[in-house]
Amino acid sequence: MAKRVILLLLLCGLAVLFYKTLTGMGPTLTLAPMSQQMVTDAPQTLGSQNVITAIVVTMRGLDTLGEVAVLFIAAAGIGFLLRKEHEHRREMRRDGSEILKTGARLLLPLIILFGCYIFTHGHLTPGGGFQGGVVIASGILLFILSDVSRSVNHSLLSISESLSGFGYAALGIAGFFLAAGFLDNRFLPMGTFGSLFSAGAIPVIYSFIGVKVGCELTGIFTSMQEDA
Amino acid sequence: MAIGFILILIGIWGMVTQNNIIKIIIGFSIIDTGIHIVMVGTGYIKNRTAPILDSEALRQNAAALTVDPVPSALVLTAIVIGLAVTALMLTYAVRLHVKTGSLSIDNLKDQA
Repeated sequence: MAKRVILLLLLCGLAVLFYKTLTGMGPTLTLAPMSQQMVTDAPQTLGSQNVITAIVVTMRGLDTLGEVAVLFIAAAGIGFLLRKEHEHRREMRRDGSEILKTGARLLLPLIILFGCYIFTHGHLTPGGGFQGGVVIASGILLFILSDVSRSVNHSLLSISESLSGFGYAALGIAGFFLAAGFLDNRFLPMGTFGSLFSAGAIPVIYSFIGVKVGCELTGIFTSMQEDA
Repeated sequence: MAIGFILILIGIWGMVTQNNIIKIIIGFSIIDTGIHIVMVGTGYIKNRTAPILDSEALRQNAAALTVDPVPSALVLTAIVIGLAVTALMLTYAVRLHVKTGSLSIDNLKDQA
């Protein structure tokens, strides 16, 4: 009982705090100077139509590299925790229905193509490497659910994941030598603004991120499906 | 933004009152979502569009027509980190279930 009262008091306190924040802040009317600089500069200097992509991949690129590393560590931790030590627990699982199987076979290439579209057009439209990778992983999850006998090749997954991670870091270092600094995208030709092959290395970097995220999430799904 | 704050409160309530580990993880996800909504809300400016400069008029005076791109970029990072943390927590829940056979935190004792 005392626990509940304390919890209620805590929540009321937080609610008051949030309310004060909300009323004290008021609506934003203009951009902050830094954002203003980014919005006007990103199209000219970086050649990216999507300003958020320019920020994520280039201006705060080191942060994104760390983010990919966090995802990799989480995937590695999950693989470690769910490693195969209880093979006998694999009980009979019901096979997917005919509709699910046929639908998955039809949809899988389309979903993967859509994921590739999202991560190659990250500098033009909403979307990018992470979103595209998640779409690809969801397609493979559908495939796993539809057919229990199939399993995903783990070594292929880890090879493509490592290669794309290496490519991402290598492009960052290439920016160090060929352009202004680490993860600078301006060492590749800029192309015409708004076309697919523009914005220097941004589409290439985002494609690497997309492949890497797709492989990592597929690895998480498969280790959860095989061992849980 | 108010919705985000309400979601944070609901999530904290869920995390503290529930016994089931899966429900605690769901509470965590709700807090996560609430924080993201609040963060995106701080960058929103009324009557402005997303910072994707796909027309000439938008490119000419981008600073007067788009919302703040920085919170959106930060939230993009935060979502991915939240996903990784949630997946790792669920894995711990699976391991606990294998070891102890239950998902309730009442059954867990510190091992001396």
